[in-house]
Amino acid sequence: MALQSLDITRRSATTTPAPALRQTTEVAKLIDVSACIGCKACQVACMEWNDIRDEVGNCVGVYDNPVDLSAKSWTVMRFAEVEEGGRLQWLIRKDGCMHCADPGCLKACPSPGAIIQYANGIVDFQQENCIGCGYCITGCPFNIPRIAKEDGKAYKCTLCSDRVAVGQAPACVKSCPTGALQFGSKEQMKDYADKRIKDLKMRGFEKAGLYDPPGVGGTHVMYVLHHADRPELYSGLPPDPSISPLVSLWKGFAKPLATVAMAAVALGSLFHYVIKGPNEVSKKLEDELEKEEST
Amino acid sequence: MIRDPKDLVRYTPAERANHWVVGICFILLALSGLAFFHPAYWPLTQLFGGPVWARILHPFIGVLMAVSFLALFLRFKDLNRITEVDKKWLRRIGEMVEGNDHDMPEQGKYNGGQKLLFWLLAICMLLLTLSGIVMWRAYFEFPILLVRLAVVIHAATAAVMIGLIFVHVYAAIWVKGTIRAMWYGTVTRAWAKQHHRAWYREMTGKS
Ligand code: HEM
Ligand code: SF4
Ligand code: SF4
Repeated sequence: MALQSLDITRRSATTTPAPALRQTTEVAKLIDVSACIGCKACQVACMEWNDIRDEVGNCVGVYDNPVDLSAKSWTVMRFAEVEEGGRLQWLIRKDGCMHCADPGCLKACPSPGAIIQYANGIVDFQQENCIGCGYCITGCPFNIPRIAKEDGKAYKCTLCSDRVAVGQAPACVKSCPTGALQFGSKEQMKDYADKRIKDLKMRGFEKAGLYDPPGVGGTHVMYVLHHADRPELYSGLPPDPSISPLVSLWKGFAKPLATVAMAAVALGSLFHYVIKGPNEVSKKLEDELEKEEST
Repeated sequence: MIRDPKDLVRYTPAERANHWVVGICFILLALSGLAFFHPAYWPLTQLFGGPVWARILHPFIGVLMAVSFLALFLRFKDLNRITEVDKKWLRRIGEMVEGNDHDMPEQGKYNGGQKLLFWLLAICMLLLTLSGIVMWRAYFEFPILLVRLAVVIHAATAAVMIGLIFVHVYAAIWVKGTIRAMWYGTVTRAWAKQHHRAWYREMTGKS
């Protein structure tokens, strides 16, 4: 088992129950975008705790650095300059795995136990079971997992499942100097978000709200947004994410059905043979030709 | 008896070799592909040296199959043009399945069923190749919508193609004296006269 003290609710490509005896509270990380100053302390803390060092890239003319998530950068700050109400606004979003309650990555993964969802809500990749097919990328509505060049395995944010298992907050949360990152039970985080949203509304952000998209069953990483009516302003945060219908079709009932159909063709053939017998060259024809040949 | 000089040559050694390469590739692809298809088939990965090897090998075997299938396709496409007689034959396929093949319309080298199967398999192979390349994350990166479409097409087409191949193989087992055409390349005259009379006449000049 991945972490002895954490129960598992879902395990990729597994049709029998996962070990789940304990009563566990759901946890969540809250990212209060309105309080983020874009200092990237969380990016550094993530590298440090998880002991991963991405290659040093180049400055592309904006603050985004690195410019995208990678197998070695599990969280990146995305900076968007948006003109709203005649004012330039700098919307900074910490991007990374959302730890969906209904994770598309896990649904798509063909390898038993390569992706697990703990009872506390954390979705974790188990690289030793990963085959590197990239189906998780195909399944994820947030474009999060990345395959490493070095080992061909998929990586993403673990929500510091190892720290959470021993009662610690994720490393990024520990490092945030402004309190923009909070961690606790999902209920606590929703209450905290309510307070923040009330405050933002008082300060003129009427559309402030919580991003906990129901299309994926809610997430265990949530955002407080000043413009919750338009999440796409924040470097393309999807307004209404859900597992793509194509992915559901691919991974849904069609497969057991196809298996039954293939078995039916095979068994149909077998029984055809048993019932009708082989289609042999008729004896009469054989004799006829034999006679023809001997003359 | 196997090499009776009177036997009719149905396939050249090159044609047979080509067909076997395609056939072996197909079996390997179906086994490795099904392993990813549903957890029930996962143990099949062990046939390929473990799951990671199955993932690595499958697309390369796929490319080999696509190339050898193309060669086979070019060899046989002209012989598989569907004619009016074939359509008549196909409309009466029920009688054939019943096992009463003597009253069926006279057939050339291939009957309507074989020709239909040929074209269906060609379409499957095309779809599998195109979608397979789009899914090949180790070397390619396509827009996400295209990849999602490709996985559905690849999985569905693979299931259809596996079904078609079951039918193809079973037909060869059911019609006695057929499989040797793929081993030694020859069939008996009686076999040809019963199952492909027009081809028999063409080959022997007899009625
Ligand atoms: C040029 C030909 C082909 C290519 C490039 C190709 C490529 C792929 C790739 C990249 C995958 C994902 C797993 C992996 O990364 O290994 C896959 C899965 C699969 N392939 Fe192929 N393939 C080809 C032909 C075939 C054929 C002929 C079959 C037929 C039996 C087949 C059956 C499957 C199945 C059943 C899956 C699993 C689909 C799923 O997860 O739902 N493939 N193929
Ligand atoms: S955001 Fe993507 S990678 Fe993270 S749990 Fe959801 S589907 Fe999986
Ligand atoms: S790359 Fe790894 S984690 Fe992602 S779907 Fe494939 S086996 Fe699962």
